[in-house]
Amino acid sequence: MSITSIEAIERSNGMGQAVLKEAEAKVVALPAAKAQVVSLPAAAGKPLSARLSPWLKSVLVNLLPPLLTVALILLFWQIAASGPQSSLPPPTKIWDEAKDLITEPFYSAGTQDIGLGWRILVSLQRVAIGFGLAAVVGVLLGALIGQSVWAMRGLDPVFQVLRTVPPLAWLPLSLAAFRDSQPSAIFVIFITAIWPVIINTAVGIRNIPQDYRNVAQVLRLNQVEFFFKIMVPSAAPYIFTGLRIGVGLSWLAIVAAEMLTGGVGIGFFIWDAWNSSRLSDIIVALVYIGVVGFILDRLVAFIGSVVTRGTAAN
Amino acid sequence: MSYLKIDHVDKSFQRGGATTEVLKDINLVIDKGEFVSIIGHSGCGKSTLLNIIAGLTPVTTGAVLLENKEVSEPGPERAVVFQNHSLLPWLSVYDNVGLAVNKVFGGSKSRAERHDWIMHNLDLVQMGHARDKRPAEISGGMKQRVGIARGLAMEPKILLLDEPFGALDALTRAHLQDSVMQIHASLGNTMIMITHDVDEAVLLSDRIVMMTNGPSARIGEVLEVGLARPRKRLELVSDRTYIAAREAVLKFLYERHRFVEAA
Repeated sequence: MSITSIEAIERSNGMGQAVLKEAEAKVVALPAAKAQVVSLPAAAGKPLSARLSPWLKSVLVNLLPPLLTVALILLFWQIAASGPQSSLPPPTKIWDEAKDLITEPFYSAGTQDIGLGWRILVSLQRVAIGFGLAAVVGVLLGALIGQSVWAMRGLDPVFQVLRTVPPLAWLPLSLAAFRDSQPSAIFVIFITAIWPVIINTAVGIRNIPQDYRNVAQVLRLNQVEFFFKIMVPSAAPYIFTGLRIGVGLSWLAIVAAEMLTGGVGIGFFIWDAWNSSRLSDIIVALVYIGVVGFILDRLVAFIGSVVTRGTAAN
Repeated sequence: MSYLKIDHVDKSFQRGGATTEVLKDINLVIDKGEFVSIIGHSGCGKSTLLNIIAGLTPVTTGAVLLENKEVSEPGPERAVVFQNHSLLPWLSVYDNVGLAVNKVFGGSKSRAERHDWIMHNLDLVQMGHARDKRPAEISGGMKQRVGIARGLAMEPKILLLDEPFGALDALTRAHLQDSVMQIHASLGNTMIMITHDVDEAVLLSDRIVMMTNGPSARIGEVLEVGLARPRKRLELVSDRTYIAAREAVLKFLYERHRFVEAA
């Protein structure tokens, strides 16, 4: 239930954004329309600054508020952490101590002495494998319990219990099973990301309109054709909501898992930095993680909006 | 030999121990090339009857025979044009028809032949120009045209139309009725249409099957419409046969089998 409601909120958010953008577009379009009415050469003869100004305005409107917020946070942080008894470093100290981490994400000087970019890539590779598996298995299992009443009755209660288990609780078990940190971390990602994918896919498939099923029946589509031609496209908006939640969760889980399993990932870097009291490094790593998590989320959302373009516009 | 035979069909639905009898002892024989309308008040089970012929709903007792073979499951030889068009929104107009054509003729026609066949059917309903549009980008009447093209493209033995023009405005509806009449005239398909529009039924049909009110709806009367084809909408307005047929259906619906609940 909770996942479905999240999805509802996301959808309404999406609509809100769309409306906003439309409104902006209208503001932009008005002067252009006027110029056309007068005469075309006049429009072309306008100075560059005048033509750029609407574009510049929209960039400023969108960029200025977040930049301002970040600046305010940094300022407040600087003031709060500048005292002599402060236990956390202020931004200026972080810049002094960890400048090379920020400016050179891809340097490499030995097995453990590498830039944060490389570490992020290692973590991303684990997430890609674990999340990729979760996406494939999750959609298939979701399709099964969405399609078959008996599969749902049998599997749904089990899934509902298992999905509440925190990701790290799986780690000891998977370490015992795989006897190696790499597959264990991947398994933790897999088991974390799969539940929202399963549940959202199942909801999406249960919501396939009877009309589409009738069409499939009249055409005598077989199971495979039905899966690829009706089920997946029809449930795609739900599936992508699940994938989006799943990718967020796996990014949450990878950092925690790597802290415990070691290796080269960004999670282990944080743990290592904590053990050698390099607080500035930790803060830089946190920013990296946040930015990458944000990009991952937007990436899945973008793919989703491209793929479900047709389904959503019904 | 009859083409389609509906033989002593009963249908009842069971829900939580309670049994509702929807259709009772339906018998109907339809010839090849005939256009038959089924008319009745809403809730009388006419859509259920169409779904039974389509094979989407199983009969409780009795049988539906098409060319002496029992109908037990849906199939492209009994194509359905659904009331709300049921086009797949993620496919273009061309691909919606293509899905049906590739499935039905995937083994028997070459790629080029299938393309020609898709375009032929789209042109038949004057929708060739919108082949690359998605259903959300075309009007309700156009969607229904594509739905008809998809049905026709399966080359069905019987085309089943479930209130195909119910959701359309009067002018679009008239256009589409003319299109269906033309297609019926040129291809000679057997068509069964559900409707609750008396004029539509009289204009299009060879016979009108009038159903009594449910539960346990039966076929109350079957009216032969003896109007010569091709029929012209405007000329029929004052035609005596047309007026008589119209009157007969209206009397059946509003005198003898008035819809009691719709007070």
